[in-house]
Amino acid sequence: MATDFAQFFLNSLPDLLSGLGNTLLLTFISITAGFFLGIALALGRVYGNKIINGFCVGYIELIRGTPLLVQLFVIYFGLPSIGIIFSPLQAALLGLSLNSGAYQAEYLRGSIQSIESGQMSAARSLGMNKLLSIRHVILPQALRISIPAWSNEFIYLLQYSSVAYIIQVHELTFEGKFIAAHTFRFLEMFAMIAVIYLVLTIVSTEVIDRISKRLSIPGIGAAKPTTLRNV
Amino acid sequence: MAMLEVKDIHKTYGTVEILKGVSFTMEREETKVIIGPSGTGKSTLLRCINQLSPPDKGQVWLDGEEITNPKTNINRIREKIGFVFQDFNLFNHLTALRNVSIGLEKVKKIEKDRAQKRALDELARVGLETQVHQYPAQLSGGQKQRVGIARALAMDPDVILFDEPTSALDPELIGDVLDVMKSLCGKVAMLIVTHEMGFARNVANEIIFMEGGVIVEQGSPREMFTNAKMPRTREFLGKIGALYGEEGKGG
Repeated sequence: MATDFAQFFLNSLPDLLSGLGNTLLLTFISITAGFFLGIALALGRVYGNKIINGFCVGYIELIRGTPLLVQLFVIYFGLPSIGIIFSPLQAALLGLSLNSGAYQAEYLRGSIQSIESGQMSAARSLGMNKLLSIRHVILPQALRISIPAWSNEFIYLLQYSSVAYIIQVHELTFEGKFIAAHTFRFLEMFAMIAVIYLVLTIVSTEVIDRISKRLSIPGIGAAKPTTLRNV
Repeated sequence: MAMLEVKDIHKTYGTVEILKGVSFTMEREETKVIIGPSGTGKSTLLRCINQLSPPDKGQVWLDGEEITNPKTNINRIREKIGFVFQDFNLFNHLTALRNVSIGLEKVKKIEKDRAQKRALDELARVGLETQVHQYPAQLSGGQKQRVGIARALAMDPDVILFDEPTSALDPELIGDVLDVMKSLCGKVAMLIVTHEMGFARNVANEIIFMEGGVIVEQGSPREMFTNAKMPRTREFLGKIGALYGEEGKGG
């Protein structure tokens, strides 16, 4: 029984690894693209004029108010009818990036707004323009404050990337389902898949935690030390 | 021509008129202290001068240039007007050294090594040479405020505006900050909003008493403390004197 399972595992391994590669590709590209999109959207919401702010709010609400699956269907099945055709992988990368950008924007916006207004006043009073103030004073603090929420987003994305199997992306869940359907060993295969996701999640949480510690600065990201003010 | 000229500044927040026409001038290297009851527009006046809150009406002139003119590049002007905040507002993510050097690096475009050397000098001047690599959260209130003063000084400003620089400090930490400010007298123009009457009396070239959004009276410390013309000035200084003892010997 045990050797039988080991054999099954070894036979499945090449396909699972190739699926895993696509899962990691989806996760890393989307979290990165979503990161930059999120920064732009968050800054637009907080500092933009009425038009820019309105656009950002509209985008974020549209993405957050519709299921990821529907978004992927629109991109993969819908857009071809107006002549825009993506491969499954391209469609999934685009969909996950656009989706993650909206969520990351909201995490970052919360962090930006939690920074005392005096930080901006101090930057401006030195003669920095708004852009320099955001770049050198606001963002370095806001991004650090966002790391815990961002860590969640990474894990969500790692797991939600499995939705891409529905539009035929050969990622981990797709490969698992394919093998299971041909061998009828559903329980073993999906247990294996679950363990792989679990290990990935634990490892990435640990890695992000270490990065967070390396970037940490006393007094930032912790609860507001109001009682320490006069120490 | 005066270095700083403030002409008929008005400022309204919502329906409340905070400043109702304030005018005064300052010369180079002069120390002026603004006193007056809370809520009287003293801090608002400072923020109107460096345009953190642009005034609704009136003009501010620095070195013969009208900085209230919308065409003036306010960022260039702000390099010449230091600001020291009541709540310090140090950049939380930067060490004391970088707090002082960042304006030199990013605004004055001075290369990093030279900027940090200058920052070290300024931090030594305020007595913090051993704290240069500490973050704001690791400094005491008095140390934070001295970093705030060094940050303003490093930009070589024409004038530094102090907005109640010791009001957020524990009493035993106030002295260090006032000593640093005293050491700057005659080296850079300072416009100081404060409740430290002893300090005002000892260091100011002129004291401005504000109430209700206007200047009630201004004069030398001697005139103001011993021979104020307006009854309201005498009453205010009398109350403060009673509160802090013998017209405040502190500072």
